[in-house]
Amino acid sequence: MRYAMAIDTKKCVGCSDCVVACQIENHVPTGFCRDWVIEATSGTYPDLSMEFRSERCNHCSNAPCVRCCPTEASHIVEGGIVLVDADQCIGCGACIESCPYDARYIHPEGHVDKCTFCIHRVEKGQNPACVDVCPTTCMYFGDTDDPNSDISKLLKKRKWKTLIPEAGTDPNIYYLI
Amino acid sequence: MIEEIIISGRNNPEIDPTLHIWGWEIPFYLFIGGLVAGILFFSALYTIRDKSSEYPTVVMIAPMFTPFFLGIGLFALFLDLSHKLYFWQLYTNIRWESPMSWGAWTLMVVTPLSIIWSASWVQDVFPNWDWKYNWIKDILTKFIEIRKQVAWLIIFLSIILGMYTGILLSAFNARPFWNTAILGPLFLTSGLSAGAAFIILLSKSKKEKHLFIKIDFMLIITELFLIVHMFMGFLAGTKVHIEAANLFLGGPFTVQFWVFVVGLGLIVPIFLEILELKNKPIPAYLSAILVLYGSIMLRFIVVEAGQASRWLY
Repeated sequence: MRYAMAIDTKKCVGCSDCVVACQIENHVPTGFCRDWVIEATSGTYPDLSMEFRSERCNHCSNAPCVRCCPTEASHIVEGGIVLVDADQCIGCGACIESCPYDARYIHPEGHVDKCTFCIHRVEKGQNPACVDVCPTTCMYFGDTDDPNSDISKLLKKRKWKTLIPEAGTDPNIYYLI
Repeated sequence: MIEEIIISGRNNPEIDPTLHIWGWEIPFYLFIGGLVAGILFFSALYTIRDKSSEYPTVVMIAPMFTPFFLGIGLFALFLDLSHKLYFWQLYTNIRWESPMSWGAWTLMVVTPLSIIWSASWVQDVFPNWDWKYNWIKDILTKFIEIRKQVAWLIIFLSIILGMYTGILLSAFNARPFWNTAILGPLFLTSGLSAGAAFIILLSKSKKEKHLFIKIDFMLIITELFLIVHMFMGFLAGTKVHIEAANLFLGGPFTVQFWVFVVGLGLIVPIFLEILELKNKPIPAYLSAILVLYGSIMLRFIVVEAGQASRWLY
């Protein structure tokens, strides 16, 4: 099993509902966020194109944060979800330095925190909160190891990219382009 | 042209707008780690060569500072942790892939070893010293018998300690300026140079000072070579590495690095050391202080610049 997310940049309008949903669902402390929205503008006026991307931890298959963690607080669970065990985290900051996506932060309680793919919902068969709340339904969540899953079919049908694949992290958030 | 902005208002403390998760504690420790590695390396080296009476500062006196230095360095590391009460987790796990785990375990071995190594020389430096408890005397007597064998272990461990201060940073692929294998040898050389400078500061014997000025001179030349090599590597690298090098070649770290690290911390000491070796009336502490200053500045700038360098997307 390999959980992944696909985000349709053609449907995303950059409303940031995913960010708010995550903050509420996961009780993210005020002033912090586990996901964020990027507006990328390319070209020169008047020939401009714009892309919106909802970004978060990429739950990398080759996760540098897990490799550099000195205490096994950062670990990978069934389905490839990268998690942080707060009771094992010493707050050394190594994983934050190691993440090319800057997806991690120090929780006010001292441990490192990040997107969990809403594992508490996924275990119940639900989608992550950001996926369910999206008003344009531009986000898809599923198992890419299953060729019949919606996300696998989508990735076969559409063109996609991942972020900084050259960093060698094998990210699992796909952006449909 | 591509312009990317976060429109959802992300402002995670110490991450945005630029990464600054490591403040003064890490570079300060990296300096202390390198300095201790340098002092212990030379102490062990000249112990093996039976030079304790000829070079008493390097063999016996300088290492006595290392347990205190390590204590201060470890305290700085402790301050850096944000989940402090869980620090013991470092010692319930061994993670081969994590340089920080390697460092924690190396320190676990080096710190007690530095204490017993220093203690074994106390009676040679302070003849009237009394350890009071017989069990301490027994341990030290046994230790002195195997001191030369332990010296080999200390040489090995001090190289790991000095090298790992650089590898800690170079293992982060996400920060292009750190992601160069040169950082390990560079920090090791800089640490050995800091150790030599510290010995020059302490030493009262002209012969010892001269020897270490010569050693330091060669170490600084090696450092300059490694720095040039590092930038050549970056400039021959990928776009992100070129961008990282440009932080120092016209970017915000240019003056700090080339004037305060390379200029004041390496090139000026080289000239001072040449004059000292020619017996010109230059106080030896001048170049030593500049070398120590350059060594600490190097760590601060490298840690700072690494966090400012990033992948472009």
